[in-house]
Amino acid sequence: MVGRRQTWGSKAFVYGTLLIIAFVWTLPTMGLLVSSFRSGDAVLASGWWTVLRNPAKAELSLDNYRIVIGSAGGNSRLQEKIRRGQENIKLWSAVLNSLTVTIPATVIPILIAAFAAYGFAWISFPGRRTFFIGVVAIMVVPLQIALIPILRDYIKLDLNGTFLGIWLAHTGFGLPLAVYLLYNYISTLPRDILESAFIDGASHFTIFVRLILPLAVPALASFAILQFLWVWNDLLVALVFLGAQNEVLTQRLLGMLGTFGTDWHLLTAGAFISMLLPLIVFFSLQRFFVRGLLAGSVKG
Amino acid sequence: MASVTYENVTKRFGEVVAVNNMNLEVQDKEFLVLVGPSGCGKTTALRLLAGLEEVTHGNIYIGDRLVNDIAPKDRDIAMVFQSYALYPHMSVYDNMAFGLKLRKTPKAEIDRRVKEAAEILGISQLLDRKPKQLSGGQRQRVAVGRAIVREPAVFLFDEPLSNLDAKLRVQTRAELAKLHLRLGTTFIYVTHDQVEAMTMATRIAVMRDGILQQLDTPQNLYDHPGNVFVAGFIGSPSMNFFDATLVESDGQLFVDGGSFRLEVPEDKIAPLLPHKGKEVIFGIRPEDIHAKPFVPPGIAKADMKADVDVTELMGNEIFVYCLTGNKSFIARVDPRLRARPGEQIELALNMANMHIFERDTELAII
Repeated sequence: MVGRRQTWGSKAFVYGTLLIIAFVWTLPTMGLLVSSFRSGDAVLASGWWTVLRNPAKAELSLDNYRIVIGSAGGNSRLQEKIRRGQENIKLWSAVLNSLTVTIPATVIPILIAAFAAYGFAWISFPGRRTFFIGVVAIMVVPLQIALIPILRDYIKLDLNGTFLGIWLAHTGFGLPLAVYLLYNYISTLPRDILESAFIDGASHFTIFVRLILPLAVPALASFAILQFLWVWNDLLVALVFLGAQNEVLTQRLLGMLGTFGTDWHLLTAGAFISMLLPLIVFFSLQRFFVRGLLAGSVKG
Repeated sequence: MASVTYENVTKRFGEVVAVNNMNLEVQDKEFLVLVGPSGCGKTTALRLLAGLEEVTHGNIYIGDRLVNDIAPKDRDIAMVFQSYALYPHMSVYDNMAFGLKLRKTPKAEIDRRVKEAAEILGISQLLDRKPKQLSGGQRQRVAVGRAIVREPAVFLFDEPLSNLDAKLRVQTRAELAKLHLRLGTTFIYVTHDQVEAMTMATRIAVMRDGILQQLDTPQNLYDHPGNVFVAGFIGSPSMNFFDATLVESDGQLFVDGGSFRLEVPEDKIAPLLPHKGKEVIFGIRPEDIHAKPFVPPGIAKADMKADVDVTELMGNEIFVYCLTGNKSFIARVDPRLRARPGEQIELALNMANMHIFERDTELAII
């Protein structure tokens, strides 16, 4: 009886804690979402929670989103508003820039890291351990330290401000963790399978493409999510290496903060747009995410 | 089809010697079983042949070809792993076809060979399934099928039955033996189970601590083990050993174990005479110990008394755990015997099948 009551008590504690955490984390997001549909005057006049109290009276619209994306169309009232803001915000082009940066900056490190992880796990070469420890040790170096030296090199190489430059920068910063995560997974694949493939006549490259990549999908996906979110939300690296001509979403939001500092309705809409894609990516890949992170430690 | 030769092969892993100066000739079309306790180097010996490990010293030949520096894929071998090592994301068909595709075999030929192998193994209806949808026995068949389609010169098996349940193991054992006859190819098979070795092998190689102990046919290994280790390893329950002395009295030679004294039959005396008076190890198999009155006629029997410790009824026989002096041993006797623990029983030992080993070298004298 005592045991049962204890389990009930501990369960209540766990669920209670989870509820509180979920509430605390969801509340600001909720406020953001609601505010982004309200008019500028309403946002300044009353709190977003008043909408929940009386949803029927609240005047919710997609106007804010039209303005920030820059698709006011024939709506003259909106066009007027945009002109008053002196420039077209055109968040849409920043979204495209962000995608242009993020997708290659996710794919390139995965490809390189998967090759490296396979090599570290299954090909014996002199200094393999030392090399691997070196790669993993780089994880403790904060990327801020590397910014200025890399920037100097980029200026000499004429890579500064180019997409290639920022792809390479993100690749470099993401690689140590990627190699480590993928190594943990790939090194736990059964040795017999690889040996069997060797006897079957497969080369290292064939084994990598036909066996390792398909079997490592959970690990690849979990790293892809991590890297995607990191690059998508990155402001610092973009500010340093990309500069003003190809602004990504985070840069544009920062710019809006200056220009529209008091227009909370526009800022919330912009912020929510920037959250949308990461949310989609996370929810579509999240079943791999948990599995991939656990895979190295739990057998089977 | 090919012979296999190990010539002074040694494999070291750092300080550990896994295979120690092994010399072994496997004939063409032979079913050779490498058997020994775990850690004896049998699997390493097989992996050396497969090319998954490199030899430290010595040469390995497949046919007349020295394969020391030849990649696994070019050795013309196929291997079945203990874990089966099926490719989990491929169907049974693709698992079997994988090696052929890599070798650029024509599609029609691949299809023919896969279907034929599946037919032989009775897995034709499973070709579209993934490994995780198969039972243990079915996976084992797929692993064998993957080896068959390659039509290699030598098949290597690394404990392929140890993950199967007891009943399936017996059944698969017979099927593998049949498959060997049908394919007419050299099989090299590693196991720790002496029953598998005895039932399937043309010849058995017994290994211990990296050293090849004895290489012979199953019957010869059973009848004439070369040393105490082989004698104890082959046969179940294993042979009983007693410390004893060879003594002569009244012109007769006796095995004197302290608590018992057994007469040596006449035809065995000659080879034992040089060891008269010396300490030896006397070995007798449980099946050569009979309980009175159920003693078969015509054996060279010697009498002995012993106390019953435990009995195990198997149905067709009884295993009696006996004590003589402080020494425990097993007799495999007629099930009609009604012996209770604590009782004394009279036994008759078939001395025609006795074994005598030197005490210090543990090598067989007879």
